[in-house]
Amino acid sequence: MNSGMAQRIPEGPVASGGMAERPDVGKLSVRGVGKIYDPEGAAVVAVENCDVEVEAGDFVAIVGPSGCGKSTLMNAIAGFDTITSGEIILDGVPLATPELAPRPGPDRVVVFQHGALFPWKTVLENVTYGPMVQGKLSGDEAHTRAMNLLGECGGLDRVADTYPPQLSSGMQRRVEIVRALMNDPSILLLDEPFRAMDTVSKTTMHRHLLQMYRVCRRTIIFITHDLEEAVFLADKVMIMTSRPGTIKKSLDVTLSRPRSTDMLTSEEFRELKLQLSATVHEEAKKAFARGEREQA
Amino acid sequence: MKDLLTSKRFWLMWAGYALFLLIWYGSTNWLPIAAFNRLPGPIEVITEWVNPDPFYGISIFTAPYYTHILYSVVRATSAFLLAVALGVPLGILMGWSKRFNEYASGLFGLLRPIPPLAWVPVAILLFAQPEAAVVFVTFLVAFFATTMNTFVGVRSIDQDYFRAAECLGSSPTQVLRHVIIPGALPHIFTGLQIAMGAAWFSLAAGEMIAAQYGLGFLVFESYNLIQFPTIVIGMATLGLAGYISSALIRVIGNRLMQWREQALGMEG
Repeated sequence: MNSGMAQRIPEGPVASGGMAERPDVGKLSVRGVGKIYDPEGAAVVAVENCDVEVEAGDFVAIVGPSGCGKSTLMNAIAGFDTITSGEIILDGVPLATPELAPRPGPDRVVVFQHGALFPWKTVLENVTYGPMVQGKLSGDEAHTRAMNLLGECGGLDRVADTYPPQLSSGMQRRVEIVRALMNDPSILLLDEPFRAMDTVSKTTMHRHLLQMYRVCRRTIIFITHDLEEAVFLADKVMIMTSRPGTIKKSLDVTLSRPRSTDMLTSEEFRELKLQLSATVHEEAKKAFARGEREQA
Repeated sequence: MKDLLTSKRFWLMWAGYALFLLIWYGSTNWLPIAAFNRLPGPIEVITEWVNPDPFYGISIFTAPYYTHILYSVVRATSAFLLAVALGVPLGILMGWSKRFNEYASGLFGLLRPIPPLAWVPVAILLFAQPEAAVVFVTFLVAFFATTMNTFVGVRSIDQDYFRAAECLGSSPTQVLRHVIIPGALPHIFTGLQIAMGAAWFSLAAGEMIAAQYGLGFLVFESYNLIQFPTIVIGMATLGLAGYISSALIRVIGNRLMQWREQALGMEG
């Protein structure tokens, strides 16, 4: 690595068990957030009274069934959509309130469910895009830094001149994460990024993601409905339910870092997973009952 | 080149041409139908076309032949370029701004179905001289095709690309340059090919009515003067000109969209 790298990305193997130190930015507070869609007067509550506290540098997974409002919450944090109540605060600065116009920005970069690398730009052009359009780095600086970061993330520098559609979906997703990291975001928002992948590629992706997290530690919010994935990756798993979409419970994952695939077979992992799936199941039943009552 | 000669596609293409010539020859020479017998056969047309001393005055060795071609090419090209210069920005604006689209799409829906030839009288009144009128009707069809396809192209860009661009800190003009234009480019080029085809189509029609030179004029004039082989020479030249201009647009498009070439290659 060289001076082209941003100051917040620490060098090489780091102290405290190989983990980079906790960053000083990326503390997120979601307080009483609600979102009501009301296009034709028939109010639809997507999210209600949602509270999430994320410490700087934490890896938080949000799990929940489809349609529970995970994406709504994510869009509110990313600044793609308004909220109708509550507030979202990042490092003491309000990001979203009902009065504030939503505004996305490079401090919270999203990695999309279906992938959103620009297919008309090469891997390198995609990765340097953020710092270049923001005018943060010169062409040369961006190039050097991109090649370094790509190289660190499993030798992706070899495909720097390729167009994304030629890469496997796993590689595309890794490139997209690198593209996000290039902006030094305070938060990385991952919206079910490995959803469409087979188990083997998923495992590879987990390894890569954990490696990236170890080297450039950032606050990560990871949305998924795969419980095993949530436990394996995160420090904290939040359980979201539908009707109304809100965070009901959270589970602290006590597995130590760095994590390895060996842990998947450990007793501790198994127990955490059971505990999580029991809670999810229970909450789902309650939500279902609430739904039945609403229908009646 | 060796690949080309051994590829099935290449030979099938020529077999298609040969079959067409055979049917043409057969219908003019063997069919006992008077109407067909009046038409010129392929041999008659080809010998006239390559004749240094053509019977009806038009062949590849005569200057007037190239004058007609030049007139048509200049008209088609200027109408096409004008259509691109106005249609692409307008289509992007319609795709970009919902409000602008509300204004424009209703108007487009009404104007687009009017056949180009129906514009000729208005165009002549408007421009007072046939040259501009012919170019205008040619422009009009190319313009509609370009605008509509550009519009569809912008609309078909995945919303996530816009969101990603915003996340990465793009200004609206950067979104335009890095997302909207490249994202709409495949549709834009499809539109340009359609526009070019439509341009030749209405150009020939316009020239028949309101011009003194040009391939469309040549076809109609030869009909009036009962110079049948020349009619077919004019038609065939129009066909060739249309084909070459479409191919040119395709080549430019492929150069501009190498990412797409590669991606399609992977699928194929």
